[in-house]
Amino acid sequence: MLLNEKQIQNEELNKEFLRRSGVDVSKCYQCGKCSAGCPVGDHMDIPTNKVMRLAQMGLIEDAMKSSAIWLCATCSTCTTRCPKGVDVARVMETLRIMAKEHGYVAEKNVDKFHSVWMTIVGTMGRMYEPGLIVGRNFSTGKILQDTQYGVPYIAKQKLKLVPYKCKNMDEIKSLIAKAEAMDREERGNK
Amino acid sequence: MERVGVFICHCGSNIGAVVDCARVAEAVRNYPGVAYSTDYKYMCSEPGQEMIQNAIKEHNLNRVVVASCSPRMHEKTFRACVEKVGMNPYMFEMANIREHCSWVHAGKNEEATEKAIDLVKMAVSKVCKNEVLQKGHAPVTKRALVVGGGIAGIQCALDIANNGYQVDILERTPSIGGKMSQIDKTFPTIDCSACILTPKMVEASSHPNIKLITFAELEKVEGYVGNFDVTIRSKARSVDMSKCTGCGTCMTKCPGKADDEFNMKLRKRTAIYTPFPQAIPNKPVIDRESCLKFKSRKEGKDVCGICAKMCPAGAIDYEQEDELFVEKYGAIVMATGYEQFDHSVYGEYGYGKYPDVISGLHFERLVNASGPTQGHIVRPSDHKEPKTVVMVKCVGSRDPEHGKSYCSRTCCMYTAKQATMIRDHCPDTKVYVFYMDVRTPGKLYDEFYNRTREEYGVDYIRGRVSKIYQEGEQLIVKGEDTLLGQQVEIAADLVILANAMIPNPDSEKMAQTVGIGYDKDGWFTESHPKLGPVETHTAGVFLAGACQGPKDIPDSVAQAGAAAVKVCALLSKDQLETEPTVSVVDTKLCSGCGLCVPVCPYKAITLETIQERKGGKTVERQVANVNSSLCQGCGACTVTCRSGSANLKHFTNAQILAEVDALCQTMQ
Repeated sequence: MLLNEKQIQNEELNKEFLRRSGVDVSKCYQCGKCSAGCPVGDHMDIPTNKVMRLAQMGLIEDAMKSSAIWLCATCSTCTTRCPKGVDVARVMETLRIMAKEHGYVAEKNVDKFHSVWMTIVGTMGRMYEPGLIVGRNFSTGKILQDTQYGVPYIAKQKLKLVPYKCKNMDEIKSLIAKAEAMDREERGNK
Repeated sequence: MERVGVFICHCGSNIGAVVDCARVAEAVRNYPGVAYSTDYKYMCSEPGQEMIQNAIKEHNLNRVVVASCSPRMHEKTFRACVEKVGMNPYMFEMANIREHCSWVHAGKNEEATEKAIDLVKMAVSKVCKNEVLQKGHAPVTKRALVVGGGIAGIQCALDIANNGYQVDILERTPSIGGKMSQIDKTFPTIDCSACILTPKMVEASSHPNIKLITFAELEKVEGYVGNFDVTIRSKARSVDMSKCTGCGTCMTKCPGKADDEFNMKLRKRTAIYTPFPQAIPNKPVIDRESCLKFKSRKEGKDVCGICAKMCPAGAIDYEQEDELFVEKYGAIVMATGYEQFDHSVYGEYGYGKYPDVISGLHFERLVNASGPTQGHIVRPSDHKEPKTVVMVKCVGSRDPEHGKSYCSRTCCMYTAKQATMIRDHCPDTKVYVFYMDVRTPGKLYDEFYNRTREEYGVDYIRGRVSKIYQEGEQLIVKGEDTLLGQQVEIAADLVILANAMIPNPDSEKMAQTVGIGYDKDGWFTESHPKLGPVETHTAGVFLAGACQGPKDIPDSVAQAGAAAVKVCALLSKDQLETEPTVSVVDTKLCSGCGLCVPVCPYKAITLETIQERKGGKTVERQVANVNSSLCQGCGACTVTCRSGSANLKHFTNAQILAEVDALCQTMQ
């Protein structure tokens, strides 16, 4: 397919991406420093700088389809080290959000982990690790994954079995409600 | 009695790491003629030179050999060094044990040391035969010639003229201005090229010290530094410059038509023409190839003549012919510029046949307000505004197979400039640039390139274009985005190629005419890539601008200024020291065969008649005579001479044979 046709096809997606990320991807000059420092780079289908290149060329659909954006742990090493001041981690995050909305989730298990995480934080106001492990293992179907660490962690008091809530749960709830309202507004915009 | 001092230089580790310098010094200590021998880390350093001077005094030396680098590097240094303590500089000899030994024999230390010993012994043998020579003097013609009237030539001439010296600009085309006059805007400031060039053109034409010789060719260069005799061919303009007022009436009615070279053949011009409205001199010439009168004359007829009828000054002169004249100059500056690479060698870019695949210089004319489209960017084929433009860099550059191996230096910036100009003129037009690397090493250059991408939204794609082909009205450009590892195809309305800069097609002939060097591509060679960038190996001939290699305007102007300083330094002298290493003829041996006369490239040898007494009678016979101020000491006559009567001072047959003898003895 012709590049210019493909860019026209992606025009709306590109506008949305630029608006939601707020990152000027044209500044990227493809030096590769983001890929070089990425701790999960070895496991990505395309390196970080290629994700940036796709975003830069306005090929958002291709970028959203990559699994790389899901493996990104948002450690922000890329952003910290970028010589042009491009917020690469923000680009990855925006692409993840958009990919989920558009139904392109290349790494389903990562997405499920995110969902469990959000549910726990949404109800307790903070992380409850045993809940996360159980929730993740059941939702992904990998029931026994990482269970061997349970007993040693509990013995070392690294894992608290009794959950406890955040003191000011109302504030957390209003925060999440605000974020959800922004999300709805975003969808309304489309 | 010869008392030779031998000094072996380590040149740090350059020589010392390969050649055992102490052993060399030891080996020649008892060689015939040697009175003193030593080695030192840096002979050219101040303590090194002092060491030589002290040894001359202490050991009463009358000859010196330094074994170090090439004479091109330090012969001057050491000659001056020995002269300071009263020794004649020609009693010094240099043995090259660096370029000719340690550098080429790295890793073979034993053999290199043996060779160094041989080289030193040869030098000692020669220096023993050296004779005291005195430098001569020659007058200087205080006038310079600048060949080429582009920005480099104009700037150089202005700088020389402002220093108070007379200077002539020799220009091949009808007007000065060069390539810069064809360019619309200049990077990285986007100021109008003509606006900054034309004031300089006017200044040059009105300067009391500058004479313009336009529509003329360099025919022959004779003489030597300070005293060149240059033959110039003034081509027939068919217009009497002294009568023409430059009113331009002749051009309005001329029925002859030809491709307009100034506008890259994007439109036609008349047969009697000035290349562009701001041309200097603003007086037309008749292009005899397209003039109806001259064409009809070839067929035995005589038609038209409208321009002569129209001219109110009666300046048209159909009978004019080329004129040859000789001028004297003290210095010559070559500023002959460059040409654009012809992209028709690239089949994959359409062999130059697609009208909408154009070169960078075509685009400059397209976007210029006085160009064929009054500055509207349109496709040459259908005059529609392009919606998608693809630019291709490195067309002919960095392509040793089909083009040139070098980088043309200017294309990255002019492509970025042209991309921003397209976005400025046509904001809805998408611009793609295919590149291999972006090279922007200049003040504010990289910033400009980054603005092109970030602010003007030009898409840069890293990869060479493999094919351009027509599909309907559009051109499909196939390439690869190597950053993504994907093939890309773009449907473009206009393709602009960043053609390489190449030397003028006749640059090699020109170099031979002037007697300077040129490289494999035809660029003129500077005397030293780092320390002699505007000088040539021929004394008195200098380089300015792109004739030496691809250069942008700031670099050309800077180099022009540098060349002007060198010219002024030369012209400021009343007399030049001349080398005494010239040829002499032993009239007793000379048979007067005259073989040396035609081989002399400097026309320094003539045959003269002498009278001598023979058998009680006075007889006349012919012998060769060398004019020592013309002779440059090349030695061509000495190898041609059958009787061995021609000898080059400082390189006499006896001196050279002494070296050969020394080498043969060590080999036995």
